[in-house]
Amino acid sequence: MSASTTAGSPRRTLGAGLALLAAGCLAACSATPTPQAADTPADTPAGGGTYTVWDPYPQYDKTSDWVKLLDTCGTQAGVTIERTGHDTSDLTNKALLAAQQGNPPDVLVVDNPVVSTLAEAGVLTTTAENKLDTSAISPNLIAAGQSGGNTYGVPIGANTLALYYNKAVLDQAGVDIATVKDWATLTAALEKVKAAGKKGITFSAIGTEEGSFQFLPWFWGSGAQLTKLDSAEGVSAVTLWTDWLKKGLAPNSVINNTQTTSWQEFAGGDYAFAENGTWQLANAKETGFEYGIIPVPARDGGTAAAPTGGEFVSIPVQQDTARYATSQKLVTCLTSTDNSLTTVTALSYIAPTEQVQTRQSTDNPELAVWVEAVKAAKGRTGDDLGTKYPKISEPLWGAVQAALSGAKDPQQAMTDAQTAAASATQ
Amino acid sequence: MTRTAPAPTRRPASTRGGPVRQGPGHRRAAWAAWGFLVPITAYLLAFYAYPMYRNLELSLRHYTVRSFVQGDAPFTGFANYLKVLTDATFVPALWHTVVFTVVSLAFQFTLGLGLALFFARHFPLSATLRALFLVPWLLPLIVSASTWAWMLNSDSGVINAALGAIGAGPVNWLTSPDWSLWSVTIANIWIGVPFNLVVLYSGLQAISPAVYEAAALDGATGWQRFRHVTLPLLRPVSAITLLLGLVYTLKVFDIIWIMTKGGPSGSSTTLSTWSYRLGFGNLVPAFGPGAAVGNILIAIALAFGLLYIRLQRRQDPS
Repeated sequence: MSASTTAGSPRRTLGAGLALLAAGCLAACSATPTPQAADTPADTPAGGGTYTVWDPYPQYDKTSDWVKLLDTCGTQAGVTIERTGHDTSDLTNKALLAAQQGNPPDVLVVDNPVVSTLAEAGVLTTTAENKLDTSAISPNLIAAGQSGGNTYGVPIGANTLALYYNKAVLDQAGVDIATVKDWATLTAALEKVKAAGKKGITFSAIGTEEGSFQFLPWFWGSGAQLTKLDSAEGVSAVTLWTDWLKKGLAPNSVINNTQTTSWQEFAGGDYAFAENGTWQLANAKETGFEYGIIPVPARDGGTAAAPTGGEFVSIPVQQDTARYATSQKLVTCLTSTDNSLTTVTALSYIAPTEQVQTRQSTDNPELAVWVEAVKAAKGRTGDDLGTKYPKISEPLWGAVQAALSGAKDPQQAMTDAQTAAASATQ
Repeated sequence: MTRTAPAPTRRPASTRGGPVRQGPGHRRAAWAAWGFLVPITAYLLAFYAYPMYRNLELSLRHYTVRSFVQGDAPFTGFANYLKVLTDATFVPALWHTVVFTVVSLAFQFTLGLGLALFFARHFPLSATLRALFLVPWLLPLIVSASTWAWMLNSDSGVINAALGAIGAGPVNWLTSPDWSLWSVTIANIWIGVPFNLVVLYSGLQAISPAVYEAAALDGATGWQRFRHVTLPLLRPVSAITLLLGLVYTLKVFDIIWIMTKGGPSGSSTTLSTWSYRLGFGNLVPAFGPGAAVGNILIAIALAFGLLYIRLQRRQDPS
């Protein structure tokens, strides 16, 4: 390429050196910590300034209640809010990168199973540092944000999974929903529905965290523990799903369904049941058919613990620790008992405090079943799993997929998953 | 580029020994030349060399989320590569990548060549039809991949409905470990045909009609003309089409990720989807192994690029 220029080698080195310098500056410049405009005197916590908020709700734009609420909180704290909505699957890596580059957001709203990971990375401040008050939060909800005796944020709201059912389909099949109490009665109901020419149940068993999230109520409902995937109970949960597919009580498409596509199947009106979350409540009203909601039954009756969904509001570590005071005001504004109702209504979540939960179910009796479900729910990273959870979750969703698609039988799938999880969490 | 290599030896000997007196104007021109080179060099270094270097560095260190943020990950040499190569996912992923690439290329090229020959005939509406064939290429991949996923849905997909109409049983295109790789390959072939069509069509245009006339005068049949005239004259174009197709296909990620996420149970996982899953598809990213898989993929593409250059040189010894 450049072999024809023989005499110019010193100059070539110089040119390359210049270019290297430029590239080096690019790299170095981006790596220098840049606290947002911290050098301007107007930026001191008391005197206003701009505070950045990242959340995983890209579906909400400037006209939404959520963004209006953020702006209101900003005004109260005397600062301007610069809010960015990220896709939830991108947010973890974005937050890690931002922390690496030294320009994290002031307030980070992040999915609850990720909190322990970010805390492990040293990205988040503890409540001892940022002075957030978490005393009113239900213990089962705050658990996902606790590790090593520290608490790394406040749940902004919670949601969980339950079974939606289509009344018309059940009536047509002659199923009384009151008889559905455990796995056996549920399967019997599905068989009746199928015999009546309708479809049984739809859920999401996709090969991502969403698949594990949907499988956990059945897994926990069998009495299994995440620390031992291949227990007889765990295998029985996979077998339940696998048998539904084999018998045609659940569609084969569940293997690729996200919770959204699974909901679309249910909204089509042919399915008797759908496992889905609190966030579909608004959509359920638009389906045009009568629906009801029951908790996911445990294997031998009673309510199975479903995993808690929903985000934590956290305050990332900043170079300029003076910023925490204002960030704390912002988070308190979003999560204090007085304001929590506005926040969870804007996000269509269940409140994380008992007091607001009671108000929610009295204001809107339809939410009562969800409030109960959230009370019974369990954090995925709880039981001292913390950052081990993701390493167990991946083999778990893999095993569910392997069993449902027929690649392995349930016992084999769970044995392999346990081996993989054990070696990953060593 | 390599052909300029012997150039210095042809220079007069006098310019090679010791410093040669050069006017200030000459030096200024040389500086100007370097000035023009700086932007592109800076661009290449900043946007190609540096990311490549970072990717290599990432794959040679043991990153945890903590050390990623603190920037103090220990150097572990080839541990990530060893981990990846001995992982139970590696051999199936490599095999899927090979099957996906070879089958895609074979069909894309054959169909593209067939269509190019067809359109080379110029008939009424041929330009319009040819334009229609470009649609798959113009659509955003998320659109085409989602549409294929809908069509191939086990329960509500149009393809299973059509199979049912002719009396065949439904096929679990995306949810059966036996079919998922074929489904994504079919979608990828559909997307790649237009590229082959366009490049091969322009290659055909470049063949002089006089050659065909001469062949016809010599009494060559249609097949003989194709076999002994079209194919040899199209060889340079075919080679570059296949090489570009290979590089594109090796790194295909979006179609597979949107349609199957590499599943079920890893049955459509290729090296590129695996690399993504390691780095981004989990709650806890494994940057090191993810980067290692990515680098293996780059090495494979590079190997084929070098092979191409070698073949090219042998064919064209000028």
